[in-house]
Amino acid sequence: MSSSNQKSYVPYHSPYDPCPPIGKKYYSTPPNLYMGFQPYNLPQYSPKEALQKGTLWPAFYDYYENPYERRR
Amino acid sequence: MPSTLPEEFYQWMEELQAVDFVLVELTLYLDTHPQDQSAVQQFNQFAKQRKQIKRAIESKYGPLQQYGNSYSGMPWNWSDGPWPWQV
Amino acid sequence: MWVYEKKLQYPVKVTSCNPTLAKYLIEQYGGADGELAAALRYLNQRYTIPDKVIGLLTDIGTEEFAHLEMIATMIYKLTKDATPEQLKAAGIADHYVNHDSALFYHNAAGVPFTASYIAAKGDPIADLYEDIAAEEKARATYQWIINMSDDPDLNDSLRFLREREIIHSQRFREAVEILKEERDRKIFF
Ligand SMILES: [Fe+2]
Repeated sequence: MSSSNQKSYVPYHSPYDPCPPIGKKYYSTPPNLYMGFQPYNLPQYSPKEALQKGTLWPAFYDYYENPYERRR
Repeated sequence: MPSTLPEEFYQWMEELQAVDFVLVELTLYLDTHPQDQSAVQQFNQFAKQRKQIKRAIESKYGPLQQYGNSYSGMPWNWSDGPWPWQV
Repeated sequence: MWVYEKKLQYPVKVTSCNPTLAKYLIEQYGGADGELAAALRYLNQRYTIPDKVIGLLTDIGTEEFAHLEMIATMIYKLTKDATPEQLKAAGIADHYVNHDSALFYHNAAGVPFTASYIAAKGDPIADLYEDIAAEEKARATYQWIINMSDDPDLNDSLRFLREREIIHSQRFREAVEILKEERDRKIFF
């Protein structure tokens, strides 16, 4: 889920760059970018789960964690 | 409010936070989908539920809102702590 | 008018006594893409926007104040019991010498809040696109703070706030569609 909303690219690395390359740079493309106008009657979380997730609709949920940490 | 809050207070609060969160989500949704009848129905149902939870919390822990949106105890107990950022 | 409720929108818990995190969080308190700027931006724009989207700006603007209170709570909890020595070690001595542990509307680099953070062009499309961008910038800021923080409970609250920016952006996108009057066409044909 989070991986499909996470994109990456590799910045150009010159032999004259002082630091070792970071490898991939990551950026988020959350579900709101693809939804368009929200349709009626999308499935919902229970109230407790909605609060915990930060949205009432699973279609918008986008868990985020530090992508650079995961790589190490 | 009593000076140290029992575990039960946090559970009640989370109950209210959950119901209120559904109401926030539906509010923003209905702002852009005013014709969605089942969402309006769900909204009104949760609005009723939040009233009941509010009443239950206030009977034990004092007013959640003021300016007359809640009843006061005697003496005036709106300004009794702890406040949300302290608990 | 506004009515205050003695309740956070989402529970704020902080596990570790790490005042350095407060230094990062202040970005969302008094920074350009922070919660104060967001609240003031939307509540100011609503006076010069078509009636159809005034409700949305009012409600998102109001929710932003609830987020501001959550950020304040995090900073309060991280700094209230810190000694001057601990604040110094955390890199917030420059804040301390001016404010003690009082909150102040400035960003993580100490730049005070300014009204120029609050865009208002008076053109509904320009303003709503500004709002969409503001939400995406706030979302990105939460990501960078989460990348800097290793406090699991704090990150849980920050993830909630990040998700809210996604929903706000969604609603502003829908508001643009409403003003384009695409929505009605879709329903009736
Ligand atoms: Fe927002």
